[in-house]
Amino acid sequence: MELSTLLPFLANVIVGGLVLGFVYAIIALGYTMVYGVLQLINFAHSEVFITGAVVGFEVFRVLAPVNMNGYLKLLIALLAAMIISGLLNVVIERLAYRPLRNAPKLVPLITAIGVSLILQDVLRVIEGFQGRFDLTYTLPAGFAAKFCAVGSSCESLGNFLRQIGVDVQLKDVILVVVALVSLGVLNYLVNRTRLGKAIRAVAQDRVTAGLMGIDANRMISATFLIGGALGGISGVLFGMKFGTVNAYSGFDPGIIAFTAAVLGGIGSIPGAVLGGLTLGVIQNLIGVMNVFGGALGIANLEAIDASYQRIGAFIVLVLILIFKPTGLLGKSNVEKV
Amino acid sequence: MTAATLKRPKATGPDRTVLLVLFFIVTSAFLLLSHNGDMLQQLGALGNALRNPIVEALMVSLFLANILFAYLWRAAPWAKALVGIGSLLFVLPMAGREDTSLLDLSIQIMIFAALALGLNIVVGLAGLLDLGYVAFFAVGAYTWGIVGSPRFAEILKYFGENPGGTNSGTLAIGLVLTAVTAASMVYINRLTARTAPTATTAWSFRLASVGLVAGVILTVRALLVLLAPQADGVAGGLNAGFFWLFLALSIFAAAAVGVLIGLPVLKLKGDYLAIITLGLGEVIRVLANNLDLYSGGSQGITPIKSASVPWFDSLAGALGFSEDQYYLLFLYVLVLIMIGLILTVNIRLDKSRIGRAWIAIRDDEVAAQAMGVPLMQTKLIAFATGASFAGVMGMIFAAKQQFISPESFVLNQSIAILSMVILGGMGSFPGVILGATVVTLLNLRILPGLGEATANLGIPQQVNPGQLQRLIFGAILVTMMLLRPEGLLPNRRRQLELHHEDNQEDESAQGNAGALTNASGDVYSAGLAPVKEDDKAGGSR
Repeated sequence: MELSTLLPFLANVIVGGLVLGFVYAIIALGYTMVYGVLQLINFAHSEVFITGAVVGFEVFRVLAPVNMNGYLKLLIALLAAMIISGLLNVVIERLAYRPLRNAPKLVPLITAIGVSLILQDVLRVIEGFQGRFDLTYTLPAGFAAKFCAVGSSCESLGNFLRQIGVDVQLKDVILVVVALVSLGVLNYLVNRTRLGKAIRAVAQDRVTAGLMGIDANRMISATFLIGGALGGISGVLFGMKFGTVNAYSGFDPGIIAFTAAVLGGIGSIPGAVLGGLTLGVIQNLIGVMNVFGGALGIANLEAIDASYQRIGAFIVLVLILIFKPTGLLGKSNVEKV
Repeated sequence: MTAATLKRPKATGPDRTVLLVLFFIVTSAFLLLSHNGDMLQQLGALGNALRNPIVEALMVSLFLANILFAYLWRAAPWAKALVGIGSLLFVLPMAGREDTSLLDLSIQIMIFAALALGLNIVVGLAGLLDLGYVAFFAVGAYTWGIVGSPRFAEILKYFGENPGGTNSGTLAIGLVLTAVTAASMVYINRLTARTAPTATTAWSFRLASVGLVAGVILTVRALLVLLAPQADGVAGGLNAGFFWLFLALSIFAAAAVGVLIGLPVLKLKGDYLAIITLGLGEVIRVLANNLDLYSGGSQGITPIKSASVPWFDSLAGALGFSEDQYYLLFLYVLVLIMIGLILTVNIRLDKSRIGRAWIAIRDDEVAAQAMGVPLMQTKLIAFATGASFAGVMGMIFAAKQQFISPESFVLNQSIAILSMVILGGMGSFPGVILGATVVTLLNLRILPGLGEATANLGIPQQVNPGQLQRLIFGAILVTMMLLRPEGLLPNRRRQLELHHEDNQEDESAQGNAGALTNASGDVYSAGLAPVKEDDKAGGSR
């Protein structure tokens, strides 16, 4: 590849990485919220968000023949996914984590792995009954179009993007907008409302919060509800971005999103977003390493292609945990003996 | 404390010698009968019933229960010995002669039992949750898989064509580099044993370890290039006699990978360690998937040789085994010996200074450190020991399957091994073996048997029990954690820890065993104790 085409290509990769990063960021928020309150890695979150993706798929499928605005369909899909994933998360917490609140740390972690395995098969069976395994997202009409068609009102921006060779699709823009809106809402919820205050109090000290009249169990349920709802949103976004999902495809993005949460400093909401965006870009860059290798004539880089993408996330995770275990925006806390 | 767990459980109830022997004879007879095709044919209807996959799975399970009962029941020692030796050395191989899949199943069970014993050291004794354990299994399997198959010749050919300036000089440099860096690592280690480690020693240690890796890579590369002309001679893989050398090498290879992975990550605790080991396990799998030259990529490697011992083969022939079963019988005996060795090592380690240090670290890292337990070293030994067991078993697995591919080393395998440890009872050796047996039987015989038997009953394919392995695993994990977190055959001490509140009064009656946990109202430990409200895991300093 010529160097002149390499730069637009690079811009494309970075923009794509950022879009991907927003998906990771929203998933990571689900991990970070639960971790912030319970200090538990909710392994089942990857299945919760895939449930959201399945719900979104079903809504799109059912609404496909209905004559309705495409954006309205998306909104319905998002809401349905939020509600179902959120409730699912609450049920999981109630049945599998709450009885173990005071058990040794390893115990709820193993339960979480168990729940995640159960959900994988349940999802597979539910979709399998209708003869489906890989769910292909067919988006409502109007979504597959390019962002800023020639002659539209935002033509100058579209022209600029086309000039630098960046290929932005409408669904990517919608994805980023949805992600930003949900981030804004979450931020308001956690930092500006009484509920958010109570959740933060429980996260800080469950017992003292209880003494101040906060029902810790209810607040934990609320956290799981919010985390699950975010999972639902991210599931739909994930489906839109990747096109196909199946019952087992939650593991990879789940682990990357968790890495993102750790990278940003687990428990920190802006951290999760920063981590998600960083990882999205890193991952996309690793995926095209072979192109750069070819352009720059470095033989060793040419062997690195998309199949190495997931290693990138893990290597980042190892490095982060070794050199800055609290993450980019995390606060360190001193271990008391 | 743990010494008490190694004694046989206090046999209660009446002497069941007669019952045990009777049970042994009946189940053995049925096992031998139900796996003998000729006899089944003569039996007609009864034969057909015995051939039913569920009945067959039941037979195998009941037969294996023999050994469990011999362990649990109060019976005369001769009866226990009879059941143990009789079932493992006579009945199983004899039944396996008629039905090779039974022999295969027994080897598989023992491989998993050994893996579970290895993971038990890491998780159960040292309290380090490792979700990437299967990576070490993969290292062992690929170590032999590469050299014991035609792959080796292809690698040699590749290096012969692309020597890249490597010659005997490179070999010398590599060897010198390896020796010097290894020596300096030992020296730095000795130095820091006497004085407190400084930033300089820490960094020079890291530098030396990087140098060591570089040295080993240079040496191996130079060796491969120098050996390249011999490629045609090893077209089918190395001589099977090298099996024994590589059996030893796979221990070291897996242990070395264990140390390599352990060095950077063992500073972390709890969930962080779990997630990072999971990640590193995946890294090894992705590498196996992508390094086509060495691992054959997703196609895998086949055929992999097994060792052959001439006198053993003639013995097997004399016993009526057919020629293609020789290697299975050989591996069966080998894995039986291996598991005996591993169990012995486990029991000795558990009673030793190291074992006590592991348990101390598991229960309270900070206190253990204050008492002079070298944290890093002790954790690394646990990691390396567990890994080395997995390495040996990986090699035997490769020889048994004659085919390996990255598919065999996925995360679900790690979780399956973990569920064996948890199901049986963390920290308890007999429990772990029982857990491995139950899970493997469930996976390889009972669920497929149920699936086959219900295939014609009109149950939809989606909910066929053979397809629901994940669900069943998950359900086992969750129910065990909710109802009986200490496992089926619990380790005594762990049982006390987990049921601390319900049996306060009992503990005083149990003498000293409860003294440790009674001292404070709360058992506070790094990995396994009740979470304190302000307890942050992992990255916290």
